[in-house]
Amino acid sequence: MKLTQGCFSFLPDLTDDQITKQVQYCLTNGWAVNIEFTDDPHPRNTYWEMWGLPMFDLQDAAGVMMELAECRRVYGDRYIRLSGFDSSHGWESVRISFIVNRPPQEAEFELVRQEVGGRAIRYTTVRRQPAHAPT
Amino acid sequence: MNAHAGTVRGKERYRSGVMEYKRMGYWEPDYVPKDTDVIALFRVTPQEGVDPIEASAAVAGESSTATWTVVWTDRLTAAEKYRAKCYRVDPVPGTPGSYFAYIAYDLDLFEPGSIANLSASIIGNVFGFKPLKALRLEDMRFPVAYVKTFQGPATGIVVERERLDKFGRPLLGATVKPKLGLSGRNYGRVVYEALKGGLDFTKDDENINSQPFMHWRDRFLYCMEAVNRAQAASGEAKGTYLNITAGTMEDMYERAEFAKELGSCIVMIDLVIGYTAIQSMAKWARRNDMILHLHRAGHSTYTRQKSHGVSFRVIAKWMRLAGVDHIHAGTVVGKLEGDPNTTRGYYDVCREDFNPTKLEHGLFFDQSWASLNKMMPVASGGIHAGQMHQLLDLLGEDVVLQFGGGTIGHPMGIAAGAIANRVALEAMILARNEGRDYVHEGPEILARAAETCTPLKAALEVWKDVTFNYESTDTPDFVPTALETV
Repeated sequence: MKLTQGCFSFLPDLTDDQITKQVQYCLTNGWAVNIEFTDDPHPRNTYWEMWGLPMFDLQDAAGVMMELAECRRVYGDRYIRLSGFDSSHGWESVRISFIVNRPPQEAEFELVRQEVGGRAIRYTTVRRQPAHAPT
Repeated sequence: MNAHAGTVRGKERYRSGVMEYKRMGYWEPDYVPKDTDVIALFRVTPQEGVDPIEASAAVAGESSTATWTVVWTDRLTAAEKYRAKCYRVDPVPGTPGSYFAYIAYDLDLFEPGSIANLSASIIGNVFGFKPLKALRLEDMRFPVAYVKTFQGPATGIVVERERLDKFGRPLLGATVKPKLGLSGRNYGRVVYEALKGGLDFTKDDENINSQPFMHWRDRFLYCMEAVNRAQAASGEAKGTYLNITAGTMEDMYERAEFAKELGSCIVMIDLVIGYTAIQSMAKWARRNDMILHLHRAGHSTYTRQKSHGVSFRVIAKWMRLAGVDHIHAGTVVGKLEGDPNTTRGYYDVCREDFNPTKLEHGLFFDQSWASLNKMMPVASGGIHAGQMHQLLDLLGEDVVLQFGGGTIGHPMGIAAGAIANRVALEAMILARNEGRDYVHEGPEILARAAETCTPLKAALEVWKDVTFNYESTDTPDFVPTALETV
């Protein structure tokens, strides 16, 4: 399964050149770029681990790309995403977020159904363990 | 034409009998509206021979304290405060016989936090007033003091995006088609395919409630199976707008509770349920972490013609106060009415914290929203992937683009239709952020993306010539003119 979170998951994986341009777009807008990584990409997992602090006051995308290279070196087997944070009043949240690194084997989810009263079902989305993994 | 207030004062004012409205204190050209006044702008078309000032004063009178004759009981009140005051009347440019009347209302005339009360005053009796040939409520200005008495959108654009974890691009939706006749089981199939393919949302249509072919509980159960399966298949948050519109509030609450119980993140209502029901559901949505989608069913009966009715920009303002999160606000390029400049005005009403006066977009007043949440406009009706560059340019990023036919009608199937739309959208956002002239290069950007995406290629081929170029009926009365430089 290709995890389709983020802004560009339906396109072929972005090249570093393409990522640089998106980072520059964030910086030009005055947004702080944040690098985050995780091995738990559940759709409800809001808090991926932060690779340092959001990069405030940066002018040049090269700085972000260096950090990204470093993060990939350490956590290349995980999902890594970049986000642009806009602190202006009335937004004060993320403006763009996209995946820039995927593990060699993508996460799989499955649906657990608990039959409750009547025909209703309570759904839980859980991580499916790879078939070859030791249990 | 704005000179001469002829207001009669003192004892003479209350002599029994009939007196012109403009002499009763409803025409006060020297009045300067207070920051706390509600202001309404009407397009007044008087009957032949009726003085436009008198007609406008009558609108002020009939939408506030006046009746057809002088009454002595006015003297038991602070009548001058409660009289709405028409303070300006201008001829409508290029439309002989019609006038823009600006009318100020004291804040005490309105119950806090009630669109029903506000609209009962402003559009209550006055639209049937005989001396007028036609009347249209064009725009309103609400003082911050009044804005703050409303809850506003239950969730708002920012929190909706945070909950869904979707940023930086328009959201994608589709209305399930055919809108009538599918069984719950078949209906859920369309939802599953569309969401699994790549859409963020699917949607019930305005008239899907609980009919013989599909009762509401069946629809909710099958739809939530579809939503959850698509979520697990993509690892991405998904939703479907479950329409909870029903014949009574009790039924609506029951449907809303069931939607919540099944884990839906969003419910939907139709404008025809009425303002009070809308406000009730907005409060329910805020209490229950639910996004509230509003379909503007019925609005064209009174918003479309320029001479008579209520402009949609006023409805949009009322709905932002009332507290819905999504509102259908036009596509410009699709199958339904929508002049680009007028539509731009609606979108600004939905999304900005402050709307400056912009006559060319139909915005007649500065309007502060005082940090009320932003409302997500929804573009739905006759749009397809081949228009992606135009849609992004005209409607911006904070919008739900709904491709119903443009998803379900795809020759390779529903999921393929969804993929085509999502790829087209992401390719266009990528290009825009890279600084490309995506509006002009749009077709080229799409063709390039289609090289690695067969569904997009097929979509572009099937719908390449589909456009809806008809003249709009609701257009701005003002065009910007270039100032000559000396």
